[in-house]
Formats: sequence, structure tokens, C-alpha cells
Amino acid sequence: MSEATAQTTSPAAASAAAVPAVPRSGWHVATVASTRRETPNASRIELEVDGWPGNAAGQHLDVRLTAPDGYTATRSYSIASSGAGTRVTLAVDRLPDGEVSPYLVDDVRAGDMLEVHGPLGAFFVWAPDAAHAAAAVDARPVQLIAGGSGVVPLYAMAEAHGVAQDPTRFRLLYSVRSPDDVYFADELRRLAEASAPLQLDLVYTRRAPDGWRTPPARITREVLESAVIPAAERPRVFVCGSTGFVERVADWLVELGHDARSIRTERYGGT
Amino acid sequence: MSFITRGFSGRSRERDERLPPGQTLVHDFPVLSAGPTPEVDTAEWEFTIRTESGEHRWNWDEFTALAIDDVDTDIHCVTHWSKLGTSWRGVSLDTLFEHVETEQEYVMAHSYGGYTTNVPLDELLDGKAWVAFEFDGEPLEPEHGGPARLLVPHLYFWKSAKWVRGLVMMDQDEPGFWEQNGYHLHGDPWTEERYW
Repeated sequence: MSEATAQTTSPAAASAAAVPAVPRSGWHVATVASTRRETPNASRIELEVDGWPGNAAGQHLDVRLTAPDGYTATRSYSIASSGAGTRVTLAVDRLPDGEVSPYLVDDVRAGDMLEVHGPLGAFFVWAPDAAHAAAAVDARPVQLIAGGSGVVPLYAMAEAHGVAQDPTRFRLLYSVRSPDDVYFADELRRLAEASAPLQLDLVYTRRAPDGWRTPPARITREVLESAVIPAAERPRVFVCGSTGFVERVADWLVELGHDARSIRTERYGGT
Repeated sequence: MSFITRGFSGRSRERDERLPPGQTLVHDFPVLSAGPTPEVDTAEWEFTIRTESGEHRWNWDEFTALAIDDVDTDIHCVTHWSKLGTSWRGVSLDTLFEHVETEQEYVMAHSYGGYTTNVPLDELLDGKAWVAFEFDGEPLEPEHGGPARLLVPHLYFWKSAKWVRGLVMMDQDEPGFWEQNGYHLHGDPWTEERYW
């Protein structure tokens, strides 16, 4: 979300395309309620955010940290939770040469206070029909495609879909290095079994579980074709992950006949 | 309202004065886009400026035959990264507007793929903006906005519309695509005009 671009017929069309009214963003004081290891390389952080206006599934926020000498560092993180209330869940991946993520993954603890700015972004969002009744005509299925930590905003959408028991067909294709690297593993399993089911397709790129039907490999165009709601069904597609992952997947989706205007992307720049 | 974050020390303290508030230096070139990268063939490419009185149009050959500037500049993305000393080649908006008559003061930039962003005209003239088609001595890659992108380095980088195909003059300032999705109408990095 930042460098200029987008695929939409027009701004008017974009704003009519099931984008919920999002609360105005602002700076808030957040207190860490709990933190726990999510994967070997990531932590889940529950924040209690003073004055948080709630957020739509898929939005993000900025976190600002301040050192004793006044030096600050600010980074954007996708939000893994949605809805009303002042609880906000993050799941942060530790970047090898990161400045903020190692602190959030390894050092932060319950009771610590951070500054957050948000909620941010109104394009890479999904809301259940009840939340945008005006767009209830839009019964198009939803295909989520995640690479690694890119699952965070997509998990927020899948969870919102489950909570609302929304009848929209939902499918998540999730590429991970190994079984240990799956974020929200238990939650996703429960969502896949729930009454508003989520179809979950996992692709392991480096190590698969014992007895897995295919050897570990990166997503190919063929996998994409078999594990994604077909273009003929006109799914709305949300893709999130590293730049390379998103570029590859989005290009293949267009080649497979998906309308570029139906594909929304969030690229993690790795900074 | 800043307060110290327990346990955070941060990395370097080399505060480069070229870095606007809230920005971090990067050495790679992150890509941020809302959708798939469009593939635009220069044989099909054209650039137009539409005013209250008519349209000015260039194809790729005509466009790249115009006076070309070398631009060395810093760029600042709203997602908190900045790159310093980037080098571009492109056509100055002063060159493009040389024979354009307009009383209208606002511009909507339009891109292949449907993206739009709004900029006041006086933010584009007097050596402040280009349509760039080379980065670091190479043709601009599609994922960075090639064949040509707007380059307005003194504003946050989402204003530098990728895959730009034209400018439409407007009587009043209206929000473009990202601006409708929460980003600031103007976008000055030095006063942190990130979001509304």
C-alpha cells in the first residue's frame, strides 16, 4: 500500500466495491496484554489499545517505538483481528536484520506500552455482508492466498467470516516453509471445521508433515490452478506475502483468466 | 505524546538530515501495489494531458524524443522507508506543459490498470516532477511502474503514480485511489501528511 498503483476501473468503482466505512485513524497508546510464541520465528501480541475505534479485517497499523534518547522507529504491521472493541492482535515475523521486529518478537512483554497509529488502509479489507448491506448483492466467493507471514490480514478475514457465519464461499491457499511455520494453526483448523466453513489448502515449501501427499515445493502455476477458486466463478482474490510471492501469484492469476480488478494485493517489502 | 518504550534501544543513531520524520533508510527497493502489475507494451503506450480546452498526446517515440532530464533524488514511501540518492531519467512536467494552456489548478494522474492519484498542478511544475522511464540507468521495470511512472519526489511516493498514462486537469482537488482509501490528500513527508 504505498507506492502508487491499483487495479480498479475507477476510484468510484473501488469505493463501491464492498469497502466498509472505516473509522478515522489516529495515534493511540497500546498496552501489551499478552505475548506468546506463534512460530519459531514469530510472536503473537495481544494489545489493549486505548480509544481504538475497531477495525475491518485486513487493515494494518503503525507501531512506533521510542528509545531512552528519544530516537524513534516506526513500522507497519497487519492486524490479525477485526471488529469492534479495543483488543488488537498482531502476529509479527522476526526479520533477520530488523530493528523493530526483533524487539516485538523477543523482548516485548505484558504490561509494556507502545504507540500505535491506525486503523489504516481501506482497500485490502473484507467485511461480512451484514456490515455492508448495500453490497449484499456481492455473493462472489472469496479466495485468500498467503505466503508466510502474509497470512496475518487474511486470517483476520477468515476469522471475521467465521464469526459472522457468513455464507460466502471462502478458500485459503497458504504457502509455508514447514508445519512449524503455520500461523494460527489451531484457529485455522477450527475455522475449516466450523459452520461457515473455510476451505484450507496448505502448501509446504521446505518440509512437509510425515506422509504428506506431495514433496515440499514452492507454489507453481499448476498448484494455483488446482487449489484456487476458478476464474469462471469470479472470486474476489486477496494475495499477501513477500513481493516476489505476490508478483508471481498475481501474474499467474491474470494468466489463468482472473480479472486483474478482482485481485487485491498486499506486498510485504521486508523493511 | 511520545514515551519511552521499555527495553527498546533501536539501531543506528545516524540521523541523516535528508530523512523525514518517521522514515527509515532502506537499500533495497520495496514494491507496494494494490493489485497485479500490468504489462504495458511501449508500442501501445501513450501519454495524454487533458485540459478544459483539449488533449495533448504523445506516443512512446514522441515522448522519449523530448528533452530528457537526469534526476538524482531521495524518495520517501508512506510505509516508512526512504531511499536516498536514487537516479532516474525522464521528461520534466515543465517540458510537457510548455504548450499546454489551462486555468485549472488541480491534476488527477491516471495509470494503466486504473489507478489514480491527485496532485495540485503547482506541485508538478518548476522542476518538481517528471515522467520517468529509467531507474539506475536501466529501463524502469514493470513492478516499479515501467514503462513510465510519475516521479514527484517531494511528496510521499504513492503520488508518483506507476504505469502513468495521463493527467486530467480539474477545477478542484479530488481524492484519487489511495486518497479515498485513507491516505492524505497532499502527502508532504516533512510534515508527515500520511493519513487523514
